[in-house]
Amino acid sequence: MALLQELDTGTPIRAGEHTVTLTIDGRGVSVPRGTSVMAAAALIDISVPKLCATDSLQAFGSCRLCLVEIEGRRGTPASCTTPAEEGMVVQTKTPRLEKLRRGVMELYISDHPLDCLTCSANGDCELQTHAANVGLRAVRYGYAGANHLDAPADASNPYFVFEPSKCIVCSRCVRACEEVQGTFALTILGRGFDSKVSPGGTDFLSSECVSCGACVQACPTATLNEKPVIEKGTPERSVVTTCAYCGVGCAFKAELKGDEVLRMVPWKAGKANEGHSCVKGRFAYGYATHKDRPLKPMIRRRIEDPWREVSWEEAIGYAAGEFKRIQVQYGRDAVGAISSSRCTNEEVFLVQKLVRMGFGNNNIDTCARVCHSPTGFGLSRTYGTSAGTQDFKSVEKADVVMVIGANPTDAHPVFASRLKRRLRAGARLIVIDPRRIDLVRSPHVEADHHLALKPGTNVAVLNALAHVIVTEGLIDGAFVAERCDAANFESWARFIAEPHHAPEAVAQATGVDPKELRKAARLYATGGNGAIYYGLGVTEHAQGSTAVMAIANLAMATGNIGREGVGVNPLRGQNNVQGSCDMGSFPHEFSGYRHVSDDATRAIFERLWGVTLSNAPGLRIPNMIDEAIDGAFKGLYLQGEDIAQSDPDTQHITAGLRAMECVVVQDLFLNESARYAHVFLPGASFLEKDGTFTNAERRISRVRKAIEPIAGKADWETTVALAEALGVPMPYRHPSEIMDEIAATTPTFRGVSYAGLDELGSIQWPCNDDAPAGTPIMHVNRFVRGKGQFWLTEYVATEERVGPRFPLLLTTGRILSQYNVGAQTRRTANITWHDQDVLEIHPFDAEQRGIVDGDLVLLQSRSGEIALHVQVSGRMQPGVVYATFHHAVTGANVVTTGNSDWATNCPEYKVTAVEVRRTNHLSDWQIRDREQAVALSRIAGAPADAAE
Amino acid sequence: MSEKLDKLVRMANQIGDFYAATPEPQASAGAATHLRAFWTPKMIRELVALAGDGRAALNPTAARAVEALRRAERP
Repeated sequence: MALLQELDTGTPIRAGEHTVTLTIDGRGVSVPRGTSVMAAAALIDISVPKLCATDSLQAFGSCRLCLVEIEGRRGTPASCTTPAEEGMVVQTKTPRLEKLRRGVMELYISDHPLDCLTCSANGDCELQTHAANVGLRAVRYGYAGANHLDAPADASNPYFVFEPSKCIVCSRCVRACEEVQGTFALTILGRGFDSKVSPGGTDFLSSECVSCGACVQACPTATLNEKPVIEKGTPERSVVTTCAYCGVGCAFKAELKGDEVLRMVPWKAGKANEGHSCVKGRFAYGYATHKDRPLKPMIRRRIEDPWREVSWEEAIGYAAGEFKRIQVQYGRDAVGAISSSRCTNEEVFLVQKLVRMGFGNNNIDTCARVCHSPTGFGLSRTYGTSAGTQDFKSVEKADVVMVIGANPTDAHPVFASRLKRRLRAGARLIVIDPRRIDLVRSPHVEADHHLALKPGTNVAVLNALAHVIVTEGLIDGAFVAERCDAANFESWARFIAEPHHAPEAVAQATGVDPKELRKAARLYATGGNGAIYYGLGVTEHAQGSTAVMAIANLAMATGNIGREGVGVNPLRGQNNVQGSCDMGSFPHEFSGYRHVSDDATRAIFERLWGVTLSNAPGLRIPNMIDEAIDGAFKGLYLQGEDIAQSDPDTQHITAGLRAMECVVVQDLFLNESARYAHVFLPGASFLEKDGTFTNAERRISRVRKAIEPIAGKADWETTVALAEALGVPMPYRHPSEIMDEIAATTPTFRGVSYAGLDELGSIQWPCNDDAPAGTPIMHVNRFVRGKGQFWLTEYVATEERVGPRFPLLLTTGRILSQYNVGAQTRRTANITWHDQDVLEIHPFDAEQRGIVDGDLVLLQSRSGEIALHVQVSGRMQPGVVYATFHHAVTGANVVTTGNSDWATNCPEYKVTAVEVRRTNHLSDWQIRDREQAVALSRIAGAPADAAE
Repeated sequence: MSEKLDKLVRMANQIGDFYAATPEPQASAGAATHLRAFWTPKMIRELVALAGDGRAALNPTAARAVEALRRAERP
């Protein structure tokens, strides 16, 4: 595909039913009321020259280049700030306008370097384009006077350069930082001729800039430009695809020169992100070509042996042979697989098919087990489907937003920008989080209520909110009567009204001020459209599923379901968490959340696949590890998942892996789990394959191959090869055929096809005969399960308790620049911002222990201990510490425990009793880990440092 | 008792804790249904055996659920 140039209408196209019709250069056009003349002209391919306008920003009216003439009006108004009106007659090209524009352009160029031929934006510069457009041929003012041509460049950011000598002070970057990103890191310093763009008086790297790229995207010149473009020239072709990082699922144009990606540009038509991006998706794609990627399959008989590079055929044959041997020797249930939310729908569908057909059991699980499995469980029990209820755009209609156990500005930054935009426009905010996350107070955003609960008490707080709503008569009776099970509601209302749920009764356990909690409950129940957004701070608890049900109860009780602006919205951690769950990757259900014991569902697959399928649930990830240690589980196929780093209680996980006789790792890198593997199958990055991801909105989006698989196979092809070696025929020629099979067997995907995705851009499931274009908002007139079901959500304190040995509570989480276990982002310049894991601790707790900022400390729990550096932080509450988990060498999960959610076994990452003390050395585990990193990762014939 | 079996008992008790707020017989029926829906037959057999041997310290709801599963296994 050639380089895609998207239409820039200069100002946003207004939404609305009322239209006005006007005439521009003799041509009629109808546009929604409030649309600018500039945008109206753009819609009929009339380009009005502009510099300060771009359609991601509100009109500014400063460059004076977009002047037009309007019949019956005096002067030459700016088309960007002039709303189109009924009957208006506009001229955009007259001798008078051309003269004015030439004069304006002449002034701009008089203080701009004339180095177009050697400029990095040559051919991609709006100033250059419009200078040509207005016919500027000479600058009368000369260049001898004062100018900005010697202003020094700022290359401090690892991804882009700021060259103020090329700046025309249009303020697009400043406004993008404010309006699109919501960070307010940029400003215009000085006045008049001295005006200049500045990241707050310092350089970009030292500033508040979050490197989202919105300013680079908005810049009309080469002032802000990507380093690869500066170094290698402008791109030649575009491939529209979907980001491989978080659950927002942003659409991007991968812009390439030959087979090299020069930049990832957010795609405006992408409905999840609408042209915005974050530092990960926009810039952190370099891992895809990192030298650490092994590009040849490898095998070894024992994990102590060095890896031996072999052909694909030999590696696949060896793996299949071992799985068969193990099943003969130890039984059918002795093998299984774990797939990943970093893989496409088609890939994970194939892995579960391989397991159910080839292994003949249901021992398939996916990494959603350790993040959002309680979401699927809780929402299916209450509403009837295992997914969030809204699209992201819905937040634009929210009046009250409740954010629980989520940190969107770090973990879902593009959604956070959308959310902050709504908050700046007046929506109210309730934050429920142990930490004072950025949303609690950031530029132009301040939470009305921050309920800083103690980790592990979500259910008590949610119950207390419901208690206030019930006992103060704030229930939406009409909604409940029409949409919910009446007897069940009555039973719940009696339960939740019991005095032990009152805010005052739970205050000691939760640490939350009852008065503040009551105010928050009233605000959510009575403040208009109430929308709940939650993350892993809800699910990764011993009562994760209970908390999800308590959230669902709250939304039903207040009627906040089934329309725009409301709903229950799980913010999924990884790009395809929703999709991997949809695709039947859990051991108890097929695609579309149908239980394996359901005869009719099994019959669908049995007919198509020609085998008899097991009707009994298989092993979950923790069960697989337990069975392995017990000697009954011997073979594991790991597709894209690194349980040795990401799963809790590392030493337990690695003991399980060590006990297996055949571990097959299919991954981009020799990850931590690969140390215990016997077969390594090189993976392909998202740039190297076709497929689909499904984001947190249930939005299915295409992943499109931009370059050929570097190691020779796309991941779906590898699974096909392994399946066929196991005797399972998989005659697919393209991932579209896998999607066709998914659609043929899965009611919620019945209408999904690659052709449909190409036509519509993306589709939110359910997509079927009833909803051929998909379903942005769920449960509109009725719940999927029929009547909404309230569940009794008694608070049960976790077994993980603080005491004299372990007096602090640890929670873990991610930060903006890093993603999950860091396998991708650690191999990019994002390490500029986070080159090691850190432990945040409150000044009070630090002082008690004689700890100062930057100290190396030992973090000890009942599971193990690690050393890491400390950051003393006022955003923690006393008694609670927080660690990131992005660096394998830290081993954050050495400390976390095997406790898990009662319903799903989702690990309790968010509550671990710990002690922190100063140290001057690594922990024993870390020393051992460094030795093993070398000993268990050797590649025959390769330098010793080839492994991760 | 092995770590794995210990864990099975803990998990069963967690399920029992969740359903404890629900009146009987729905509570133990709910817990038994949950076990059947999400645990492998082998895990259930092991739990039933533990309870039968008196080695599983189960809370009342979990105990009733396990008893229901035992009866279903050997009517």
